[in-house]
Amino acid sequence: MSQPITVAPPTSSSRWTYLDQIRKVPGPFSEDHDNSEDALARLETMSVLVIGAGGLGCEILKDLALSGFKKIHVIDMDTIDVSNLNRQFLFRQADVGKSKAEVAARFVEKRVKGVSITPHNCKIQDKDEDFYMQFTAVVCGLDSIEARRWINATLVGMVDYPDNPESLKPLIDGGTEGFKGQSRVVIPTMTSCIECQLDMHAPRAAVPLCTLATIPRQPEHCIEWAHIMAWEQEKPFPKLDNDDPEHITWLYKKALARARDFNITGVTYSLTQGVVKNIIPAIASTNAIIAASCCNEAFKIATNSNPGLGLEDNYMMYSGNEGIYTYTFKHEQKDDCPVCGTIARNMEIDPNWTLQELIESMAARPEAQLKKPSISSGSKTLFFQSPESLMLKTRPNLEKRIGELLENGEEIAVSDPSLGSVDFKFRLRFSKPYAPAPKHGVTE
Amino acid sequence: MDQTPPILHGPSDKEKKYDRQLRLWAAEGQQALEDAHILLVNSGCGTVGVETLKNLVLPGIGHFTIADSATVNEADLGVNFFLDEDCLGKSRAECCVKLLLELNPDNDDIRKLLGSEKQYTLVIYSLPIDPADLALVKKYGEEHKVPLLSVHSAGFYSYFRLHLPGNFPIVDTHPESTSTTDLRLLKPWPELSKFADDLTNDIENLSAHEHGHVPYIALLLHYLRKWKESHGEYPSTYKDKKAFAAFVAAGARTDSPEGGEENYDEAVAAVLKTISTPTLPGALEEVFDYKPDEIEAGTTFWIIADAVKQFYMKHNELPLPGSVPDMKAQSTVYVKLQNLYKAKARQDVAEVDEMVRTHSKGREIDAVEVETFCKNAAFIKLIRASSTPMDLQKLSNSEFENEQFALSPSLLPIYLALDATSHTPYASSSDIIATIDKTIPEASSNTRIVQAAEEVARAKGGELQNISALTGGMVSQEVIKIITKQYIPINNTCIFDGIASRTQVLCL
Ligand SMILES: [Zn+2]
Repeated sequence: MSQPITVAPPTSSSRWTYLDQIRKVPGPFSEDHDNSEDALARLETMSVLVIGAGGLGCEILKDLALSGFKKIHVIDMDTIDVSNLNRQFLFRQADVGKSKAEVAARFVEKRVKGVSITPHNCKIQDKDEDFYMQFTAVVCGLDSIEARRWINATLVGMVDYPDNPESLKPLIDGGTEGFKGQSRVVIPTMTSCIECQLDMHAPRAAVPLCTLATIPRQPEHCIEWAHIMAWEQEKPFPKLDNDDPEHITWLYKKALARARDFNITGVTYSLTQGVVKNIIPAIASTNAIIAASCCNEAFKIATNSNPGLGLEDNYMMYSGNEGIYTYTFKHEQKDDCPVCGTIARNMEIDPNWTLQELIESMAARPEAQLKKPSISSGSKTLFFQSPESLMLKTRPNLEKRIGELLENGEEIAVSDPSLGSVDFKFRLRFSKPYAPAPKHGVTE
Repeated sequence: MDQTPPILHGPSDKEKKYDRQLRLWAAEGQQALEDAHILLVNSGCGTVGVETLKNLVLPGIGHFTIADSATVNEADLGVNFFLDEDCLGKSRAECCVKLLLELNPDNDDIRKLLGSEKQYTLVIYSLPIDPADLALVKKYGEEHKVPLLSVHSAGFYSYFRLHLPGNFPIVDTHPESTSTTDLRLLKPWPELSKFADDLTNDIENLSAHEHGHVPYIALLLHYLRKWKESHGEYPSTYKDKKAFAAFVAAGARTDSPEGGEENYDEAVAAVLKTISTPTLPGALEEVFDYKPDEIEAGTTFWIIADAVKQFYMKHNELPLPGSVPDMKAQSTVYVKLQNLYKAKARQDVAEVDEMVRTHSKGREIDAVEVETFCKNAAFIKLIRASSTPMDLQKLSNSEFENEQFALSPSLLPIYLALDATSHTPYASSSDIIATIDKTIPEASSNTRIVQAAEEVARAKGGELQNISALTGGMVSQEVIKIITKQYIPINNTCIFDGIASRTQVLCL
């Protein structure tokens, strides 16, 4: 078990002294350690993809470059905003307005000699499978759940195992909020995937529209009212731009006036901006922790220098609010995962609902979180969001009730443009009997 | 109701830049950071300390100083992002300061070695360190009552340890918002009872709309009164509370289109959480029981703590925090309810404040501090400075004994192996084990200690970027918590295992 370790001071003449030491000498926990020249050279030839060049992405690029990866691609469609500068350390005041991917890539290339970083200033959805096929692993530092779900579904869909082992691309994902975060490793089709874990990141419950319209009680209710209702009614500008201070100021003033009408305190500019943009607090420290955790796992996968997260434990939760607490565990793969599972997921539903109500509920259900779903059953197309001709043809179904359209136990397929070509399969379980009487006194 | 309209202006440039962190520690926390001066005593590979500083420079730490006698060599460039080709052969301290300062030009540049008259807010030192330097750092910490943070990162392992110069009380602990509700439903004050009675005394005859909008606080008070009339006492056991919840649920009207009432659903859901006599939280009890020494007793925290304690002795309850969770209600009714709670909270604060003023130094205390203390009273935390170091032999016995019951193995062996190399960058595993053996005699026969020693020896004192970046992230979180006096720092040692991806906090 124990390896003999020779003691000699490292020669500081070589730049990668410390990394080489770890890569050439196996440790007591190393499995399948391979220190042949070929194995050592592999790290330099493999390509890794970094998704996101924001708070996590900047750290990830630095960490990967100093972990010995030589070919890195980074993809991000955003430009640099002044509020990024408190943590996105590859950017300077003068870079505000420029492409995040490009500035970050140039900076790390300049600082770490010998690394090549290719920036892609676009959306991940703009790239096809051929593009993603060139990478050995994907490291994700995103703040959007939709983008995570899209890349997860894409990588799972690309797997052709065991015929083409190269098609299996580990996805390493990090996320932070304030002093908290998580990092996780997905081996597509072999371990629990992002979609299997979706209910761990449930969306915040939306405030009912009637509360906003008639009985606001919180400053947030006033802001949401200004955001959803007043804006639609008055259209002060052609299109709401969350990043335009003039637009936010308009909403703030509206919300403030409404709050005054109802004697509600607490509406501020900062809160308005927070609610409208759904701002999540972010600091450099937590980004450093989570990004480094992701890159540590990527490094272990790429070098076999030590076992890491993956087939057994695959998820690390971190919280720094009260002392430091981590919980590292195995999140189990779900047989009924719409992306990597094989069987349809049960969905309990009231058959007296209209199809419209079912579609609206899809956004809030923690296990679905679909905003623009199209629905079909084995025999018929129920509702399609696009193309327009199909939408117009299927729109009358929205008013029909579930019990009228579908049987108890029937399977439906749901797709959403944000997830690419994946179909969610649900098996309907009626929660109560279908009573084919007109609802709310509506006569036919 | 009086309300000063806020000034209509957008955020300042600084507020824009720091928006994402101001949402965590607010303007007061930011000011504390900007007033702080951190000293990093850097040695060894030296990456973990610089990574820590990066995370402090970015959010706008006021000043930082690096003391480091090393000159930059090739190997530094492979592990330290804040050095480049031009730095080779130059002072590592100066080069790191220069490239770190580039990050946030709001920082002033100061670099002076230890020993100057400068008062640092906190000193970080990285291990391994020369024993003579360590003695200097420790002496400085003791003399100036400054917190010290030691950090050691090697290969896949790291640990860091916080040494506080005295007791460290925290008022603004940022508890989870779900745990802070204190509604006093079992001990309502007269105004609250009257408010609930007015809304519910004719509850059977309310219109559907009115009935569906009675806030759940009033509903619970109404049904509690009825329950007490028939049972002689409030529900106290779990079983009673379940029965009480059913009793409340039965009061909901079911003839609505939805088949129920949202306010009743909220009331039923709130039963277990809100129908209980508040007990004194353990952490606050510790504060009440503690006898501050003469110097401590004259500080703001202890003067207010003593007043709150007197308040508690007198009323057998803490000052009311005064916040009301959102609930289904008419806007006017909800605002009235909010004002009721706020008024009672203000009254409690005034009583505490009066007691504070009776202290000879109490007059100088800002009323806002008294208010904040009262609001957070249930979540106050006191971190006691460890006077005597933990008996490692005893600790290792209990750690390894409990191991079979624990979810994951103890990380103490990692600490022991790193600690054995506190002053020697390169040691063989047998040297490490021999050192550990001196404190823990059976170390050489403990497989996990042997493995940890081998893994530490494997790194030959080298740091890995990922492990040092991760550790630097954790250390900087702790520094921020200590400087802002917000959130709760560790007590006192955090060990990280980069193989299993786990941390463990131990008091050593
Ligand atoms: Zn899955």
